[in-house]
Amino acid sequence: MIDTSMYKDDPGYDITEKLDTPYDPTLADREYNPAKPMAGRLTDQGPPHYEQFFPEVIKKNYGKWLTHEFVQAGVIKYTSETGDLMWVVRCATPRLITTNLLREIGDIADKFCEGHCRWTTRNNLEFHVTDEGTLKDLMEFLNNFKHPGGSYKLPIGGTGTAITNIVHTQGWIHCHTPATDASGMVKSVMDDMFEYWTSHKLPAKLRISMACCLNMCGAVHCSDIALLGIHRKPPFVEHDRITGVCEIPLAIAACPTLAIKPAKVTLPDGKEVKSVTVNEPRCMFCGNCYTMCPAMPLADEEGDGVAILAGGKISNRITQPTFSKLIVPFIPNELPRYESVCKIVRNIVEAYSKGANKYERLGDWAARVGWERFFEQCQIPFTEKSIDDYRLAYDTYHTTTQFKWSSHTDKLMQEAGY
Amino acid sequence: MADLKKHDTPLLDELKKGPFPSFVDDLETRAESGVQCCYDLLGQLELSYVHKETHWKHGGIVGVFGYGGGVIGRYSDAPADFPTIAHFHTLRVNQPSSKFYTSKFLRKMCDMWDHRGSGVTNFHGSTGDIILIGTSTDQLEPTFYDLSHQFDMDLGGSGSNLRTPACCMGKARCEWSCLDTQAICYDLTMTYQDELHRPAFPYKFKFKISGCPNDCVAAIARSCTSIIGTWKDNIRIDQKAVQAYIGGEIAPNAGAFSDRDWGAFDIQKEVIDLCPSGCMVMDGNELKIDDRECVRCMHCINVMPSALRPGVDCGATILNGAKAPILEGAQMSTLIIPFIKMEYPYEEFKDFVDLMWDWWMEEGKNRERLGELIQRQGLAHYIIDILGREPIPQHVREPRSNPYPFWKEEEVPGGWTRDLAAFRARHLA
Repeated sequence: MIDTSMYKDDPGYDITEKLDTPYDPTLADREYNPAKPMAGRLTDQGPPHYEQFFPEVIKKNYGKWLTHEFVQAGVIKYTSETGDLMWVVRCATPRLITTNLLREIGDIADKFCEGHCRWTTRNNLEFHVTDEGTLKDLMEFLNNFKHPGGSYKLPIGGTGTAITNIVHTQGWIHCHTPATDASGMVKSVMDDMFEYWTSHKLPAKLRISMACCLNMCGAVHCSDIALLGIHRKPPFVEHDRITGVCEIPLAIAACPTLAIKPAKVTLPDGKEVKSVTVNEPRCMFCGNCYTMCPAMPLADEEGDGVAILAGGKISNRITQPTFSKLIVPFIPNELPRYESVCKIVRNIVEAYSKGANKYERLGDWAARVGWERFFEQCQIPFTEKSIDDYRLAYDTYHTTTQFKWSSHTDKLMQEAGY
Repeated sequence: MADLKKHDTPLLDELKKGPFPSFVDDLETRAESGVQCCYDLLGQLELSYVHKETHWKHGGIVGVFGYGGGVIGRYSDAPADFPTIAHFHTLRVNQPSSKFYTSKFLRKMCDMWDHRGSGVTNFHGSTGDIILIGTSTDQLEPTFYDLSHQFDMDLGGSGSNLRTPACCMGKARCEWSCLDTQAICYDLTMTYQDELHRPAFPYKFKFKISGCPNDCVAAIARSCTSIIGTWKDNIRIDQKAVQAYIGGEIAPNAGAFSDRDWGAFDIQKEVIDLCPSGCMVMDGNELKIDDRECVRCMHCINVMPSALRPGVDCGATILNGAKAPILEGAQMSTLIIPFIKMEYPYEEFKDFVDLMWDWWMEEGKNRERLGELIQRQGLAHYIIDILGREPIPQHVREPRSNPYPFWKEEEVPGGWTRDLAAFRARHLA
């Protein structure tokens, strides 16, 4: 068992009684007085203590697990030194879920798992059971648990060498800076990749991540495949609004290429205002100015779309953690199904699956066969946009005579008449 | 229900097809149960699919009294068409460590959020919080009151706050965890409640805790302080189980390759030859590991989990400074403390945090992440002058290749004040 005695006085140490008490929708209306916000106010309580949410089998075997195995994609069997066994069923969720689905998840937890469940870092939901009969019943239930349109509500998979769930951001459903949608792209790519969600057939794990603008609240920069919303038009400057809604020095300081300068501008009505100008050829479309200043919007139907980066990883296994590299600089937003994004992801996954050695991550495969071969085998045209001209660009220059002959050099040779 | 208004959403309707869970179907099911804002949310999203631009306004400062974070203001820019989402603010709610829940908790949370907001959520946000999406300004204080009084819960971080710490599932389920990740995550969260709720930093700050170098919570890529479990004794070997792998009785990598025929397991090819430091060898029927040469990459342990386990003298490697590309480019965390014991009450670690934060709060520019400050003022300066630690080869991937260290005056005999006349007496100009 876990020693949690030092936390016994914390407010959320044991919330059993609170959870046994039905929600009182009128409590705040009765007790909270906006004129006296400090009266009865509880602050800095922190989260409830985690241990009270563990299934019994986990409380009992905390720190005592011996080994695990994947029974099939999405099902993990754990063995404890106490002799206890536990099976975990992993299911995908789209992260964006309503209380309707949450209540159903609670019902499943009650029916099969003594009222417990857990979410993973990658938005998967996991159910824990302790006997194979219940495991079978749970899996059968989940395999028939569908939305009206026919999609699985909680499909089983995503372990081992499967493609696991795509971590992603809000997109157009709830964010003010996106260059593309998040939930729709994830749905489209995962629909297309679904066979890999339910199977263990890739050479190693493969992590796809999605962020809908360069702020990357999803931190996709170390993923096997990163899908990234980007802008390609410099910001507007709304001279008639900027003084009222922005701190101009902050907007100027926000620009990493010093493209924004203070300026005095005469409005159509003759009034002179303090504003800024943008040196457009220097804009790198990061959107940091818009984050600081609402009067500098970048979003644009034609300018915005998707970039694809590949070959990054986080794990320290075999090779060191690595950044993803820009391989497709731009794909227009094709709605609702992002066909070109799906096609390129499929090309990469299939070429990798065919070419990589067992245990070899996507980026390690690309480094071994050479990036020239990567572009060739994934049928992705190489463009000058993949040649770095930002900070530390030199780190990516090719300072050796070692290279491979590929379709790229074949074309050059042909053109030169060699 | 008669007054519910459904918008035409032909583009989004396409996203009901296919096997992966459809968020459109989920939102529409909720809308049909009498919740207009879910229809309006889908209607506005459809409009974004037509215009290929977002329809949420920039920002809007809202919050709860006394806190400088945890609430994100959100306003529709088409409120006439979608009046029920005109205000549609988000609350970040601090999740329990490693995200285990009970059905009682989920149901009561649903009751609360159905009453106070839209019933739309993220389980979870990228940082780890429970995200409650969509309520109006007048419901923010009552929601916080309900969370704090009826759940003993609290808001998470946003803006220039400590962001909600997050961890992997650790010893709850994983035999490799070298740290009690949940306990560390909980303790840091409770210790730094003030930093989590009241913005006092130059910019955001993140702690993430992974139990082993597999780093399932991606600490090395996305946290200012990455706490990653490791060990300093020997990998535990069960030689009988090694033979069971060699004999094909146990599937390699816990069966992670089960749907493809990769041929018979070959320990030389699949484990020994892939070891990044070449520290393993089969000596007859015995697997031998030169643990002094091991870099603890986890590969051999991942391949043969029933035969190999991390050592028992465990602690954490601390790395600093990861961030996404905005602005100077992406950074991964860099090694600072090779090994530190992480045991309650974590005093040694918290002393380090004090030094790190004092420096960053003093020297960091507006919106400068810790990793960027380390770059701007120098890694050696940070390690030696700020943290008072000794520089070791492990602090660099390789030594610098330029000959331009910034020598300090006191390091050079005689200092920098020189006698020009004496110099010229020796050397004609």
